[in-house]
Amino acid sequence: MRIKDHPILEFHKGKAVTFTVDGRKYEAYDDEPIAVALYANGITTLSYSLKYHRPRGVFCCIGNCSSCLMKVNGIPNVRTCTQRVRQDMVIETQDKGATK
Amino acid sequence: MRIDCDVLIIGGGPAGLCAAKTLCNTGLKVLMLERDPFLGGQLVKQTHLFFGSKEQYAGTRGFEIGKLLTEEVTSASNVTVMLETTASGFYLEENFILALEKEKILHQVHFKKVIVATGASEKSLLFEGNDLPGIYGAGAVQTLMNLYGVLPGQDIVMVGSGNIGLIVSYQLLQAGVKVKAIIEAAPVVGGYFVHAAKVRRMGIPIYTQTTIKRAIGQSKLEKIETICLDANWQMVPGTEKTMTCDTLCLAVGLAPMSELLWQFQCDMQYVSELGGYVAKRDSHMQTTHPGVFIAGDVSGVEEASSAMLEGTIAGLSAAASLHQSPESADQLMKASLDFLEGMHLGPIGEKIRSGLSKVEVKSCM
Amino acid sequence: MYVKNGYLELEELGERMPSKERLEQGPVAVLECIQPIPCNPCQEACARKAIQPFQSINDTPVINMDLCNGCGNCISVCPGLAIFVVWKNYREQHGLIKLPYELLPIPEEGETVSLMDRKGEMIGSGKVVKVQQTKHNPKSRIIWVEIPKELVMEVRHIIRSKQDDK
Repeated sequence: MRIKDHPILEFHKGKAVTFTVDGRKYEAYDDEPIAVALYANGITTLSYSLKYHRPRGVFCCIGNCSSCLMKVNGIPNVRTCTQRVRQDMVIETQDKGATK
Repeated sequence: MRIDCDVLIIGGGPAGLCAAKTLCNTGLKVLMLERDPFLGGQLVKQTHLFFGSKEQYAGTRGFEIGKLLTEEVTSASNVTVMLETTASGFYLEENFILALEKEKILHQVHFKKVIVATGASEKSLLFEGNDLPGIYGAGAVQTLMNLYGVLPGQDIVMVGSGNIGLIVSYQLLQAGVKVKAIIEAAPVVGGYFVHAAKVRRMGIPIYTQTTIKRAIGQSKLEKIETICLDANWQMVPGTEKTMTCDTLCLAVGLAPMSELLWQFQCDMQYVSELGGYVAKRDSHMQTTHPGVFIAGDVSGVEEASSAMLEGTIAGLSAAASLHQSPESADQLMKASLDFLEGMHLGPIGEKIRSGLSKVEVKSCM
Repeated sequence: MYVKNGYLELEELGERMPSKERLEQGPVAVLECIQPIPCNPCQEACARKAIQPFQSINDTPVINMDLCNGCGNCISVCPGLAIFVVWKNYREQHGLIKLPYELLPIPEEGETVSLMDRKGEMIGSGKVVKVQQTKHNPKSRIIWVEIPKELVMEVRHIIRSKQDDK
């Protein structure tokens, strides 16, 4: 959910862009990281743990923890918390195997 | 591509920016590498008024301090800033830093002196379910909220009552989010009293001697179970309480990001008061490697005000070691050392003083 | 106690507590900063030099209440939002408190608000008299609230009675 008014800050958004996540289309702004764009659209599961397929989302949001890795335009393991979203980006969740 | 410079500054947060500021308009060629697409480091997320004294921008909001420092540094003709550029490693024999620009271009950076100001990263906490979406480090909440205007959730519990936990709780209230409680394992509040007083009068309870036992949820966080701790920090069975929340914010400390310093083969030591492994250094921020200086949280986790002072000291030290000190360097060095000592003097500084006593060595020059 | 609770009890204010006589005389600043931390911008904020110069940056501020006229300049300068101006005899029936406020929506003059004490408990209701903005810190407003006289040393925050839709 996006903040509309803030007592101290003003949010200047970049250019509006559209992109897909696992085939579905979404909207965001091109000066925000992919993970932030996904969270603003209500998507909070970004990846799954390798062995037990536990859902993972943003933890550090600064490129340190590897909780947010997704496949972007065919490139795997992109840190979505720092990589900016761009027009027509194709984003896919990795390791979606449903076993617990 | 090969790049040569006199002073390399790794990290464009408050420490790196203040180091660069001292070197502006000297005869030295300065290169700053910053992995983010902007300068300012942690300053860009700080909406609160800073403490300290007016020389450390007391009374100015953190993100405004970041802007002021960025303007000064980027307008100097002898300072080059490379954004979205990560210092990936130091090659000891060949004596260069490998820098990766925009995830695509590799550079070999050769330098005479280097100031490592890489900061610190958030620690996590061990409890069942600690990897559920909806559980964040405090810095992540600040990034989402203050940098991008996106709410992390609606119903939050904060773990940790140090300055970061208290400040981020207040910032959450400012963003219009309900903060149900602050949980603190110690018997007392960890951060400044005035930060705690603010959030208490706004209705956020602080539960001391309480910790998280587990986080519960299917695909994301739905509730948490807390438990009380006794005087020996042991969980007290039967004191479990459940609280619904969609967001858990862990403000449980930071650890210096000191990987490069190991590669430089600086003498390192684990100091828990400083957050983790730090390099031994003299009072002028020089490590046991003659070309390497440190500043900011990588030298020991403190506050932004200390980071700014250490950056200034490290910048002046590096310049002096190259015999190209800026004007009034001696005065500025003395003033900065005095201010830093003043910051450490009071009861709040006891932990830092204890930590520093384990890693400060006589002059490394 | 304050380090465990996160709020102070009145007796922990010590000499920062205005005397009964001083409270009767007119508005006065109460500096609820009782823990030594490295911070000193308040000492230069006072035009009447009522806040004593610091020997060390870690000193807690000491105010000469005879010099203080309750102007409130210091309120918006304090990074800890720890300064309040209390005016017991603002009106015959009511006292006044000036407090720092950095939330949205901004209170409006004339509106009724709930009064909160240091523990975050509601202790009464009051009326917003003035919403002040300073040049050096425009995002931190100073709210003047008319309150029951006996609560001047208790009220430390306000909550708007009408809940706006977010």
